[in-house]
Amino acid sequence: MGDHDLRQPPEANRFIGRSVKRLEDPPLLAGRARFVGDLNFPGQLHARIVRSPVAHGAIVEVDTQAAQALPGVVAVWAGDDLQHLPPIPFRATAIKGLTPYCQPAVARGMVRYVGEPVAVVIAEDPYIAEDAADLVMIDIDEHEPYLDAACEPASFAPSLSCEPTVIEKGYGDVDEAFSTAFAVVELELKTGRHSAVPMETRGLLARYDTARDVLELHGAAKRPHWNRDQLADLFKLSPASIELYENSVGGGFGVRGELYPEDLILCHAALVLKRPVKWIEDRREHLMATNHSREQTHRIHAAVDQKGRIAALDETLFHDQGAYVRTHGARVADMTIGLLLGPYRVPAYRAKAHYRLTNKTPAATYRAPGRFEGTFVRERLVEAIAVRLSLDPMEVRRVNLIASSEMPYERNLSALETDVVLDSGDYAGLIEKSLAFSGWDELRREAERRRAQGESVGVGFGLFVEKSGLGPSELVEMRVEADGSVTVVTGAASLGQGMETAIAQICAETLGVDYRRVRVLHGDTNRIAFGFGAHASRVSVMTGEATRRASEIVRTKALEFAAELLQRHVNQLEIVGGVVQDGKEGPSVTLADLARQLHPASPARGDREPGLSASAWFHNKHMNYPYGAHIAQVRIDQATGHVAVERYAITYDVGRAINPAMIEGQIVGGLAQGLGGALFEEFLYDQSGQPLSVTLADYMMVGATEMPPVDVLILEDAPSPLNPLGIKGAGEGGVTAAGAAIASAVDDALQRPGLVDRLPVTPQYLRRRMQQYDEALGSLSGQGAP
Amino acid sequence: MERHPLNLTVNGKPYAVETEFRKTLADTLREDCGLTGTHVGCEHGVCGACTVVVEGKAVRSCLMFAHQAEGMEIETVESLEKEGELHVLQEAFAEHHALQCGFCTPGFLMLVKGAVERGEELSDAELRHLLSSNLCRCTGYQNIIRAVRAAIDTFKEKASAVPEAAR
Repeated sequence: MGDHDLRQPPEANRFIGRSVKRLEDPPLLAGRARFVGDLNFPGQLHARIVRSPVAHGAIVEVDTQAAQALPGVVAVWAGDDLQHLPPIPFRATAIKGLTPYCQPAVARGMVRYVGEPVAVVIAEDPYIAEDAADLVMIDIDEHEPYLDAACEPASFAPSLSCEPTVIEKGYGDVDEAFSTAFAVVELELKTGRHSAVPMETRGLLARYDTARDVLELHGAAKRPHWNRDQLADLFKLSPASIELYENSVGGGFGVRGELYPEDLILCHAALVLKRPVKWIEDRREHLMATNHSREQTHRIHAAVDQKGRIAALDETLFHDQGAYVRTHGARVADMTIGLLLGPYRVPAYRAKAHYRLTNKTPAATYRAPGRFEGTFVRERLVEAIAVRLSLDPMEVRRVNLIASSEMPYERNLSALETDVVLDSGDYAGLIEKSLAFSGWDELRREAERRRAQGESVGVGFGLFVEKSGLGPSELVEMRVEADGSVTVVTGAASLGQGMETAIAQICAETLGVDYRRVRVLHGDTNRIAFGFGAHASRVSVMTGEATRRASEIVRTKALEFAAELLQRHVNQLEIVGGVVQDGKEGPSVTLADLARQLHPASPARGDREPGLSASAWFHNKHMNYPYGAHIAQVRIDQATGHVAVERYAITYDVGRAINPAMIEGQIVGGLAQGLGGALFEEFLYDQSGQPLSVTLADYMMVGATEMPPVDVLILEDAPSPLNPLGIKGAGEGGVTAAGAAIASAVDDALQRPGLVDRLPVTPQYLRRRMQQYDEALGSLSGQGAP
Repeated sequence: MERHPLNLTVNGKPYAVETEFRKTLADTLREDCGLTGTHVGCEHGVCGACTVVVEGKAVRSCLMFAHQAEGMEIETVESLEKEGELHVLQEAFAEHHALQCGFCTPGFLMLVKGAVERGEELSDAELRHLLSSNLCRCTGYQNIIRAVRAAIDTFKEKASAVPEAAR
């Protein structure tokens, strides 16, 4: 028996890196899961939110009399009745001046987007609540809406502009680089308003337990502990008097689990009425009430030399936040410019992000926030540089890549309140592997052949750097139960991504048990004091490493105790399948036995600390940076402007793959959302600020017929040096470069370099843009992209 | 609004409930029959999360009133698991990682159950067309396609393994 190298566990304990079946599945498949809508408490009431029908205006009157008179209605509250409710808080960052722009729980005085809560109806039955909501009469004096964040900001309130802040980042002498540049390439690009739209809408069930003086909020997700602490603060309660519970969660992707007006309204209603109050968002509400994302206009300039080497970038962006600052503050705008540079070396950089409030649904983070947008911009720019200098875009990428020998690479930029330090990566290697994997050269030849036969077929490429593993900390508490099963408690959360399985795999391999004997509990503020939730591709890294550490401690305890009981040296023992043994023939003792003998009342325990258990923290100041490439093949019907995606390949280096099938699932599922944002999905508004995308028939998500076959190559070439397993998160890379790769493929298919200048590439846009491009080309008859 | 007595047959079991005429089948199954495996995703007939089988046909239960289903045979996702054993289709979904959050899953299972049990020979395009009835926001459909294919094959194998006399 030697020492137990982590990477060489006995075969029976090998769970990391295996595509084992998910622990989460059986109840979900059988209809036995419990989503918040499935949860009911005796005596519960139902809330319905009355929402503003206009985008911008002053409230003259909210008449609730008729609604209140309807039998079965318990309460109707308008803004005046809820004045004491504080506005929605946001996570503190270095960006100042956002406070006056926070959203009130229910509108007071002004309404600023269609869908803003104006009144609340509480009734005995959800159908009655909906009837009563129709009887609330709202009189609003309409004002001109502000709908284009790239235009001069309007006024938000007396002495407050619709531009709360302009974020600036940069380093180096940008002006000098531009004045001496061989060429300057400039682009204006736009990403459409797009968001998560999980299949389960939001929902909450608040209950005030008068016996225990505890406010319970069911339907929590993503960041239960942060939300608990904020709610405690807002309602002037001890955090110990608020409990948040996560149920089965029908997808989050960034938008679910933030504090919204409804969270405050529901908690207030339960506290005042002392009856459980339930609210389930309907889909129309969801599309106008839950966070939007992505809408930005970018003006970017690159100073380059004749080989296409970037000397400086100068970027100005206009971020359309929608009507109010919500929980993320200005993070998406901040992150876009903080992470814009991706895998490229940029000697000088200047970026300005105009964070502006418009009369639309408020926005925040959505899967790959700032990176989907930034990758589109950066990769469009690289291709524009290639066109300008008549170079191969892949060559322009190569000459600008940061080399693996330069890692860790300090950007001198910040994002998400941390310094951006690229931890590891072989970007050049990944490009070569992705080209070989997808058969790039053959794809190009085939597209050319088909174009020669009259089809509009093209292939496109997008290179990206993601980020993951946001700290600052995570805690795991672990114990071996008397039956030998292992309980892992974490303050992280699950949004359906399979974290229970991944965490169980790490515990199982490190400790020496079957992963099916590991039960992972999460999303319950009552079970663990601290937690940082599930977002920013952090769970596998943060909870994963805390789990590995706790497992090591439990393992050591088990081995030491067993050594004493079995009269062996610790080094002679191993733990396999939950049994501590000296080889297969030697004496052994189960973890269950050890746990029982460590019971506080067990005489065998002696002076040992009770329980076969441990808790462990993982603290992490820096994010890590997975990276990858998307390759798309599209066919375009020029008559209709329809873009069909025929094939797709994604290569992604995640450092260490815990469960490859689940990672592939994240990537392919992410791509479905990325293709939505690249081609179909957009929250549109008319000139008066009326939302036009309020059903799933108007907001077009990718279905089975739009989704191409996808090949996925998972790489482990650059493990993160920031955690011992080398893990980088894998939740977002399927989305990140979809816009970039599709734009590149559409350009190629139509043989019009630089054609695509906005997302989504809808048929209407594409036909209009081709006409504009061809007219400009005719009048220019010069070089380069119009 | 007035409630009216209603007798439903769900998964072979009778349910005597009282509901308004305007109450959807989806809400009635969930709230009055306690069968919360059927999920409501859009309430306007696009997403298919609420798909159940009525008289052998896949139906959006958010677009049907409960009273319209009186006297009909209704099957929900709860009918698939038998004595703790998952249906071939459910097993295939787990095996091929065809679900993540699982919210749309019951709708997909009920959508394709008929095709699986009939052992239908579906081309790739036909299968995608069938699945395009419903939306999934997590998986990108690739694994759902694999799972349904595998389930059809397994079901056929099992059916042909039954001796002639026992059929």
